Amino acid sequence: MINATLKQHSAALRDKQISSVELTQLYLDRIATLNPELNAFITVNPEMSLAQAREADARLANGNAEPLTGIPIAQKDIFCAKGWRTTCGSKMLHNFISPYDAHVISQFNNAGAVNLGKTNMDEFAMGSSNETSHYGAVKNPWDRARVPGGSSGGTAAAVAARLCAAATGTDTGGSIRQPAALCGISGLKPTYGVCSRYGMIAFASSLDQAGPMARSAEDLALLLNTMAGFDERDSTSLQREKEDYARDLDKPLNGLRIGLPKEFFAEGLSSDVAHAVEAAIAEYKKLGASVVDISLPNSRLSIPVYYVLAPAEASSNLSRFDGVRYGYRAPEYTDLADMYEKSRAQGFGAEVKRRIMIGTYVLSHGYYDAYYLQAQKIRRLIAQDFVEAFKQCDVIMGPTSPTTAFKLGEKGDDPVQMYLSDIYTIAVNLAGLPGMSIPAGFGANAMPVGLQIVGNYFDEAKMLNVAHQYQLATDWHARTPSGI
Amino acid sequence: MSLTIEDVNKVARLARLAVSEQEAHTAHAQLSNIFGLIAEMQAVDTSGIAPMSHAQDVTQRLREDRVTEENQRELFQSIAPQVESGLYLVPQVIE
Repeated sequence: MINATLKQHSAALRDKQISSVELTQLYLDRIATLNPELNAFITVNPEMSLAQAREADARLANGNAEPLTGIPIAQKDIFCAKGWRTTCGSKMLHNFISPYDAHVISQFNNAGAVNLGKTNMDEFAMGSSNETSHYGAVKNPWDRARVPGGSSGGTAAAVAARLCAAATGTDTGGSIRQPAALCGISGLKPTYGVCSRYGMIAFASSLDQAGPMARSAEDLALLLNTMAGFDERDSTSLQREKEDYARDLDKPLNGLRIGLPKEFFAEGLSSDVAHAVEAAIAEYKKLGASVVDISLPNSRLSIPVYYVLAPAEASSNLSRFDGVRYGYRAPEYTDLADMYEKSRAQGFGAEVKRRIMIGTYVLSHGYYDAYYLQAQKIRRLIAQDFVEAFKQCDVIMGPTSPTTAFKLGEKGDDPVQMYLSDIYTIAVNLAGLPGMSIPAGFGANAMPVGLQIVGNYFDEAKMLNVAHQYQLATDWHARTPSGI
Repeated sequence: MSLTIEDVNKVARLARLAVSEQEAHTAHAQLSNIFGLIAEMQAVDTSGIAPMSHAQDVTQRLREDRVTEENQRELFQSIAPQVESGLYLVPQVIE
């Protein structure tokens, strides 16, 4: 059952081969066994999950089930879920029991899915290895001495280890795609505005997007169908006609033009990853696609631009954490300013504080034009590069991450080393485009390699089709880590 | 541009983050490194380019000015560190 697709899960539930309660208990048992080592989950609440499972079983019995009814889905601990501790990987929210549901959570609840638990993540989504979590690092199921990637590392590890049927993540600079690549699973970040950010703890508001993470493109499509949709409570949520993201999965790929940006195959890319990605492109040619060489000349500026914009937005978003209305308050303080300063200094980890300080600096008087405004202008140049590129191709492909999973602690003391992991993913967030990563073989140390697929605005259905056809012709996505 | 320790302390104050002398030094070294990364961006000629804050050409959605939410003060305050009579308690601000 644990290796089944979402469709198969659903069929088994409908055919009464298994109940949602049994299925949920199955996954809860796996979590109890494997999570102590992997640390993929921060919070598990069997009573609440099983209560939802019983409701799902009732719906299944009544014949008014939906595709995800009764299926246990793990939720990244960035989504507020009513009655659930929601920590965002931080000490700051160690005791925050959310009084409301994020839009994404409501969507899953309404579909009858079961909330299986809250997955571990880099603190406030700031990180690329899941090592900044206050709740400890997550271990890559393929090699427990290595990172799963981040910030949705807990979700990626949970999906790879089949501790859940599927899960959610969020992506601001690559936080769905990069851990998906490092853990050998599939993940998608939709076009900005497709999923509501209401109840999704904000990191960088103009970049954050929720998205599905699972073991196949087919599963991602089902999940996206539930997650996407207009929400009036998110002022950046887009009002568009409802789509079935699975509608084009079976289209043949003849005539597909794949753009390969030369900047994504240059210095910095590890040869084992390059090799696997080239093999994947060769496979696509066999499926009828053709390749076009393209250039994204301003993409080389993605990292500096991102590390101005994201921290700037974060410094604003995280100013709400002040020990007054919820979350961590320092045990001792003298006056109000001291209470703020100590609560925040004690509640936030080092990476979060670094980014808040960078953000505060670039927004401060005298520096706003030189940094923030300049970054926003270059952002437009980066987005324009993609617009030009999509005149020559239908999708863009390349490696998701420059290397396979690195060892825990390897990127140690230099934050900049960690930032460079996002070199291929960040431009996509800056442009607001949809991006996904699917497994494309293995690299050094038998670790998974991810292929990134970038689409034009609102082309998720096409991207899922492109991914699905590859997954019909290959089996990388069906591989599982040994021993679990 | 070069970041000084004074800059670090000033920024920490603005961001309401207590920073010890030791931490200020570590932060100074790390932030200087990060600003080195950012420096590349500043030399780019962006004259005539409009800043981009949103991918789509959209305007802020407005809504009718009418009450749509319920008062859930008790629920929201149930998780507060210190409340009394519906007010959040903090150290005295006004002498």
